[in-house]
Amino acid sequence: MKTETLEAVLKTHPFLGGLAEHHLHSLVSCAKNVRFEDGDYLSREGEQADVFYLIREGEVAVEIRLPEKGGIRVDTLGADDILGWSWIIAPYVWHYDTRAVGVVRALVLDAKCLRNKSEADHDLGYELLKRFAPLIEQRLSSTRMQLLDVYGRGAS
Amino acid sequence: MGPAFVVAREDLPDLVPLLQQSGYQVIAPTLRQGAIAYAPVQSFDELPAGWTMEQDAGRARLTRRPDGMVFGHAVGAQSWKRWLRPPAQTLFTAFRENGRTHIRPNDTAPPKLALFGVRPCDLHALAALDRVFLDAAIPDGPYAAVRASTVVIAVNCGTPADTCFCTSMETGPAVTRQAEVKYDLLLTELTDGAHRFMVLAGSDLGRTLLAGLKTAPATEEDEAAARVLIRTAQKGMARRMEARTAQLVLLGDAVDSRQWQAVGARCLACTNCTMVCPTCFCTSLEDGSSVDGATAWRKRVSDSCFTQSFSYIHGGSVRATIPARYRQWMMHKLATYREQFQVQGCTGCGRCIAWCPVGIDITEVARALIAESARAEEAR
Amino acid sequence: MTAPDSFLPIPALIRSVTRETQDTFTLEVCPERQSAFDAFEPGQFSMIYVFGVAELPISISGDPAKQNSLTYTVRGVGKATNALVNSGRNDWIGVRGPFGRGWPMKEAEGKDVLVVAGGIGLAPLRPAIYHMLAHRELYGRITVLYGARSPRDLLFRKELQRWRKAPRIQVLTTVDYGGVSYRGHVGVVTTLFRRLRLDPAMTIALACGPEIMLRYVTMDLESRGLTQDDIYISMERNMKCGTGLCGHCQFASAFVCKDGPVFPFRSVAKWIHKYEV
Repeated sequence: MKTETLEAVLKTHPFLGGLAEHHLHSLVSCAKNVRFEDGDYLSREGEQADVFYLIREGEVAVEIRLPEKGGIRVDTLGADDILGWSWIIAPYVWHYDTRAVGVVRALVLDAKCLRNKSEADHDLGYELLKRFAPLIEQRLSSTRMQLLDVYGRGAS
Repeated sequence: MGPAFVVAREDLPDLVPLLQQSGYQVIAPTLRQGAIAYAPVQSFDELPAGWTMEQDAGRARLTRRPDGMVFGHAVGAQSWKRWLRPPAQTLFTAFRENGRTHIRPNDTAPPKLALFGVRPCDLHALAALDRVFLDAAIPDGPYAAVRASTVVIAVNCGTPADTCFCTSMETGPAVTRQAEVKYDLLLTELTDGAHRFMVLAGSDLGRTLLAGLKTAPATEEDEAAARVLIRTAQKGMARRMEARTAQLVLLGDAVDSRQWQAVGARCLACTNCTMVCPTCFCTSLEDGSSVDGATAWRKRVSDSCFTQSFSYIHGGSVRATIPARYRQWMMHKLATYREQFQVQGCTGCGRCIAWCPVGIDITEVARALIAESARAEEAR
Repeated sequence: MTAPDSFLPIPALIRSVTRETQDTFTLEVCPERQSAFDAFEPGQFSMIYVFGVAELPISISGDPAKQNSLTYTVRGVGKATNALVNSGRNDWIGVRGPFGRGWPMKEAEGKDVLVVAGGIGLAPLRPAIYHMLAHRELYGRITVLYGARSPRDLLFRKELQRWRKAPRIQVLTTVDYGGVSYRGHVGVVTTLFRRLRLDPAMTIALACGPEIMLRYVTMDLESRGLTQDDIYISMERNMKCGTGLCGHCQFASAFVCKDGPVFPFRSVAKWIHKYEV
């Protein structure tokens, strides 16, 4: 992996395309590089969601634990994907477990820091929400499709 | 088309033995179970001379007519398709022998049929079925076999019922679009003065048949009487359909119309309209086997887009609700049939109106759809 | 095929039955008379006769270059399909066809090809993939996206591995649900699109799967710049006669059996989002 400044990474990321220079600076000051080994948790259901991730490399499984079945994986996130929107919606609690499948490199963004900055600068908050809303919509539609169990026996 | 002839009322019955001598089974209008229906006849006497069938939405009733007309009724309850593509037909039988499967086609010789008394609307229906079954990339074998040995005795219609709208569909009451229909003989029944039939031959077979009858050349008076008859029939046409507009609306926004719910709430999905419709051609294939499993067969049976199972695919039926099935049927009749076969799927014969147990009138539904579409257009 | 023969199945001997998943089997059959099947198009289907039980429309899932035998992949979901998948080696069935229009293999030449399959929908696409791999020089980049319900429902697993090793081909699979030990991708098939670098002007998409999946796949592909002319989908309706004469498989003005099952998306786009067409 190339070593790049955090700023360069954020600037070229499709998710943040079109963000004003001073807003990018705000993000940079809240971001740092992280690395996860296979099986490491990036989030745990029920815990405070004080971060979100911008995955740079590797895959992350989104899991739901079922007492009787162990657990199921319901989504996979990969390079360039955003992991976590719980930080933006009160009471800021993770809803799912997410775990690294193999080595994962990511940028982690400090959500408390971003929430404070967004309160102070609503333009930044709006820019972020504009980017997170479609993400939430995509995940919701995928979830509805999964719910339909289109390949199942009772489908259609 | 050659010159017109005239055959006296008392001489036309000779046509039946003429046909029989050539090996044809004659199918003609008869009185059956309180209605006029096409059925095999032995002699001309079995035709419903002096009878008519009043028809209206959800209603058909036999009544006498004083003029003694033989074809003084509109269309019969069932259409001619019943004879050309029977409601149940065995396609093959299969058997197992020494561990192998053998499949034997049904090679029963097709019947030679004389369809006697085919109205112009029904001639157009025959043309539509020919288009569907004969002009297909892979033509329908059983239909082609029957059709090849069918003789058609057509009758111009002087007596439309209150359910008829052939003038709207340009299929009657007289044969006008000669190029689109085929007949061997075309009769026009005249009762002004002497009861007689004006006759035209439309084929070599027709000319041969005509030669076997006592004829006289038609006079100017005969021609004039025929024109009056047809004009009167045209004027008396009780129902109308704006066919072109209906087609456009059906292929346009009518798919989402509220009318389907309204008509679907009345429709019983009984399939009557599709059974009596002269151009509805849907069939199903049924497989069966003997109890010991040694022999099996496949039958082709009439089917209807109004049944739940018609559109079944794994998981359920595509058209699970009655409104969707009515929409499918009506769209096919007035819009998609034309796109599929370049002929219209509705001939204006009115059978679906008369034989609907709840009196759903396709012309009325079309009017409602057109009106709704016009209102929507205005609102835009 | 001559007219009276169009309703007559050709007896065919089952040469092998291979279990693909818990409920899906691949049958290799050898028709007594071959002629009509000598050159089937990828995407075409047959009517398969189970003696005395029923006749079923089943897509051909085998290699179009392979002579003397036909391959079908069937999921046992009802009485008739179960009767078929429970047939064994050396049992006799009947086949009619091949019917319908297949995938646009000619139009796709010189282009990148995106194959999107869901569930059993990979079966009718497999002949297209075989064809492209056999004529690799005629096609650009090939991408296969394949979604199934769960890891054990993925069809042709060994073959997917083999395809991955072919030149200029990317094969991505996904499942709706995976166990915690499943290391593959989880999520509906459209979630794989964001992993792709598509050149919309150069790409032709071939999609087959449940109709609802196709609705969302086509929407997504259009939003990524493919036109309705670049997208082909295979539709399912109640095919019975296979020749457009029984009426069952109508979809608006199309007969799926003869005008499809593969349609340019433009020709069906108007109706596919409507209820109960």
